[in-house]
Amino acid sequence: MGSMKEIFNSLLLKELLKGMAVTGKYFFARKITVQYPEEKTPQSFRFRGLHALRRYPNGEERCIACKLCEAICPALAITIEAEPRDDGSRRTTRYDIDLTKCIFCGFCEEACPVDAVVETRIFEYHGEKRGDLYYTKQMLLANGDRYEAQIAEDRELDAPYR
Amino acid sequence: MDALMNFGTGIFGGVWPAVWTLIKIVLIVAPLMLGVAYLTLAERKVIGFMQVRIGPNRVGPWGLIQPIADGLKLLLKEIIVPSSANKAIFIIAPMLAIAPALAAWAVIPFTDTLVLANIDASLLYIMAITSMGVYGIILAGWASNSKYAFLGAMRSAAQMVSYEIAMGFSLICVLMVSNSLNLVEIVNAQNSGRFADYGLTFLSWNWLPLWPMFLVYLISGTAELNRAPFDVAEGESEIVAGFHVEYSGMAFALFFLAEYANMILVSALTSIMFLGGWLSPVGFLPDGILWLFAKMSCILFLYLWFRATFPRYRYDQLMRLGWKVFLPICLVWLVVVGVWMMSPLNIWK
Repeated sequence: MGSMKEIFNSLLLKELLKGMAVTGKYFFARKITVQYPEEKTPQSFRFRGLHALRRYPNGEERCIACKLCEAICPALAITIEAEPRDDGSRRTTRYDIDLTKCIFCGFCEEACPVDAVVETRIFEYHGEKRGDLYYTKQMLLANGDRYEAQIAEDRELDAPYR
Repeated sequence: MDALMNFGTGIFGGVWPAVWTLIKIVLIVAPLMLGVAYLTLAERKVIGFMQVRIGPNRVGPWGLIQPIADGLKLLLKEIIVPSSANKAIFIIAPMLAIAPALAAWAVIPFTDTLVLANIDASLLYIMAITSMGVYGIILAGWASNSKYAFLGAMRSAAQMVSYEIAMGFSLICVLMVSNSLNLVEIVNAQNSGRFADYGLTFLSWNWLPLWPMFLVYLISGTAELNRAPFDVAEGESEIVAGFHVEYSGMAFALFFLAEYANMILVSALTSIMFLGGWLSPVGFLPDGILWLFAKMSCILFLYLWFRATFPRYRYDQLMRLGWKVFLPICLVWLVVVGVWMMSPLNIWK
């Protein structure tokens, strides 16, 4: 008896019609497409995009060359070399992030004791030649200078959860 | 019309009939190619809508210039011939695929007078020509000298053979009830009957008395076209792209054109065989070519809907459906129709 019912159901294309009803319903559904360059989805203040090196308000760079970020980086994307500066403070002479290696996990900014290396909300950047995405200390500091307002605001918003 | 004929004879003399035929061919093929181009856009739009997306909308308003951009791109791309391929057959195969798709349109009646060649065996001609299309696919798969292309070609060949039979049987029912192989007469035969006398012509069309055959034809038509859910010949996820994996540029575009031209062809055939072609569904509206186009559009939409809904058949399920389901249904219904026509209940006299 059950098998007869099954045969009738398949001959009447019952399940196929059920499936087509689902897709037919969604044909009229409101479309959820985001028209990307004109429209954008909201970002979290914890968004992990392009890296930046920050400075203190007096212009002194924050990084003290502790190399915690280099140590924790799971993708080995960070390279640091350090030397004492003329005034005796410990600073980096080289701070490179290879963005082609980086997996944007955010461990470097978690590890940083002085909030020097951060990830910004910037995600629309590109390289046109090999090596364009290899960011040196100057480029990272420039990023920090350019987006400092946004970076500071995002740290402020995140502070209550830390 | 006579003035045009005299004018043509005046200019071209003896070759005018050939020129006139060429003009008619262009008049059919050019709108068909335009239809194919916009069918690809419609497909992307419809499937996009069913997936809660909006489909192409960047090239022109609502993406209306998208097919032209796609065509231009394919036209300008290089045709790569694999070094181990059989060059001559590799190049000929796409032509073999598209030629039957276009040739079949010679006998399609758009209205009772608007038909390029109104021949008596047009149904037979259609069956013969559409079966030729598979040669393009088989030769393409074989000439590519690639295992995926070869697998796709083999699958396609087996699939075509299985579904051709079911399709043929459902068409035998049609020709039994309309007593003719001529497509014009098949449509005209659907214009009479008890419901047609009441003005409800659409209930007199073949789809109602031959309902199981209509379904069989619709589904095996989808299979003939290698369309989802029967697209095992392409099967992106299993055999990359099947028979046309080695093709690029215009050679690939020809396969693409052939597939979509075939879609339009089969939708036209379904409309003519089962949905009364150019006939108006109710008595008080005039018949006309627009009815044929409306019916074709509905069936084309159905094909797109299928593709957006159903997952691909597994190969053995496909064979089972063709041989163990459709063939018995066809044979049973063939006998039913035969008995029906011999009994006093015959509605087709």
